[in-house]
Amino acid sequence: MTTRYTKDHEYIRIEGDAGIVGITDYAQAQLGDVVFVELPSIGKTVNKGDEAAVVESVKAASEIYAPVSGEVVEVNSDLEASPGAVNEDPAGRGWFLKIRVTNPSEIEGLLTEEQYQEFVKSL
Amino acid sequence: MLNRQGRPSAPQAHGVSDPAAGMGDQAARMQGDANTLSTGSAGSHPTFTGNKALAQIEPLLFEIGHTDVTGVDFDEPENFKPRLGGLERKDEIGLPGLSEPEAMRHYVRLSQMNYGIDTGLFPLGSCTMKHNARLNERMARLPGFSDVHPLQPVSTVQGALELMNELGRYLVTLTNMTTVALSPKAGAHGELCGMMAIKAAIEAKGEGKTRNVVLVPDSAHGTNPATAALIGFVVKPVPARDDGWVHVEDVKKLLGPDVAAIMLTNPNTCGLFENQVAEIAKAIHDAGAYFYCDGANFNAIVGKAKPGDLGVDAMHINLHKTFSTPHGGGGPGAGPVVLSARLAPFAPVPFVTLKDGEFTLLEHEDETAEKPFGRMTAFHGQMGMYVRALAYMLSHGSDGMKQASEDAVLNANYIRASLADLFSQPFGDKPCMHEVLFDDTWLKDTGVTTLDFAKAMIDEGYHPMTMYFPLVVHGAMLIEPTESESKASLDLFIATLRDLAMAAKKGDKDRFTGAPYHAPRRRLDETRAARSPVLKWTPPAPIAEAAE
Repeated sequence: MTTRYTKDHEYIRIEGDAGIVGITDYAQAQLGDVVFVELPSIGKTVNKGDEAAVVESVKAASEIYAPVSGEVVEVNSDLEASPGAVNEDPAGRGWFLKIRVTNPSEIEGLLTEEQYQEFVKSL
Repeated sequence: MLNRQGRPSAPQAHGVSDPAAGMGDQAARMQGDANTLSTGSAGSHPTFTGNKALAQIEPLLFEIGHTDVTGVDFDEPENFKPRLGGLERKDEIGLPGLSEPEAMRHYVRLSQMNYGIDTGLFPLGSCTMKHNARLNERMARLPGFSDVHPLQPVSTVQGALELMNELGRYLVTLTNMTTVALSPKAGAHGELCGMMAIKAAIEAKGEGKTRNVVLVPDSAHGTNPATAALIGFVVKPVPARDDGWVHVEDVKKLLGPDVAAIMLTNPNTCGLFENQVAEIAKAIHDAGAYFYCDGANFNAIVGKAKPGDLGVDAMHINLHKTFSTPHGGGGPGAGPVVLSARLAPFAPVPFVTLKDGEFTLLEHEDETAEKPFGRMTAFHGQMGMYVRALAYMLSHGSDGMKQASEDAVLNANYIRASLADLFSQPFGDKPCMHEVLFDDTWLKDTGVTTLDFAKAMIDEGYHPMTMYFPLVVHGAMLIEPTESESKASLDLFIATLRDLAMAAKKGDKDRFTGAPYHAPRRRLDETRAARSPVLKWTPPAPIAEAAE
């Protein structure tokens, strides 16, 4: 199981031909308390870099971009009732959506855990 | 997906989990919690009513009114047959009834908990809370301006039309533009007007299908990209640079046959004059696009620089900022738009024209050889604001307006220079325009955030500055004193901020994280307010008699 990262602070955890997408711990800390999450409809196809979801905190609304191209096969609808899960457990219960990856080579272009941590340190 | 804000959210205020926190003493008592009486500044001298002399506690209208009484006598209607098809109200309406003095006192007491430009210095950056001269108010109340109806025959409102014409002439002259559309009702409405004129011009050239991109710098007001998107443009951001300026080469990189316009604020929201504005205008024009300038900060350059000379094609003017008409809940805005010769033919109806010595309103698109893009408002705009703005202009004169700009810039720089040793400036120690921007670097490791600092300013009797805007700066504090403040007023403000800053650096965290302590209401739990908003008042459960 590999997890890769974007410079926009999304992660994608690869499970077979699909990936779970969420935001990193650093991102949730910067955003502050998340109060609303808007999720895409299942079956939506997204290209790498497209807006896939919207997260709203007490201080800002931000887009969640698709880290890779694919089809949305599942969304975490629990977030609608309890958006705080994004703050409490971003890598676990706070996941946003699951994408079936159409072009696995795109994953290779993303940051590894180490590269991402280096990137965060540079901010 | 992250911007560079950095605004804290979870308030560390004491007692946020206490349901009575943030309520006034009396309101808390109504909830059956007498303990809160022992907290607060007057804690050692609790009062029976919860009032503290002139600081009156005022419950909600629903809590003081009674549904079974009313301050107005209406005769019961005789029996009648409703003709609302079954949609008529079946139950009691449930509105609180009050006598006239009760209703009067309620609103007066609420107004005493408010802070306005008539109460004190109002440093809200980007908002230009300048003094609203009483002369303007007197002029606006003249019956020939205040008691006219927009559908009156024009022969009976010649004075009002002449005033609109004169105001338009001043705006066109001050900006060196070709024409003006007076009718937009606020800044964002003016943006929409200007961008619709640009869209009409592009369509008239047959490029409506291909030119659909609008460039907007990262530091722009949020209304800019929203306006462009609203009328179908695709927004492309111009990235921010570390010096706070928009660079012409960054703009050039984004230019192409698909670019319709740039929306640039000048002076920008970082309080800096865009020093490459003329080159940017040229590049935009060379690419066949238009230059929309957000005129929200025009107050810094009135009488000093003319947007028309800088290559601007359209700019809205917030009369309520630049020309001192009331705003911030005090009155409607007004956002006239000045247009260059390239856009003038597309100006919307209605507009005032002079025909055979008589002012008239051109109301219909087919009455002119030009190509108005349509109409923005039902009538002619905010008449009362036109009067106030022109009164400001006439009472200041051209030299006075120029001095107002200079004093606004001087005051902002006085604050900047007086705080530069304690606060951090994101773009280095360089002069600003009418507002000075600090970031939160200087608060690092103090445990105090921009939000905490602003809340502590409330305790000191000041309205906070604009916080966390512009987004390109971390923990932004944007201060705009305006020209209205005297040196004594600025000195007290500066001394207050210095005292607060030194307290923060000394580790007196309590003064900040729990603030405001002295305001009528304590700090709001923003997270709870957003996650579980209470949108409807429900009657409280009856208070248990045994509570005493």
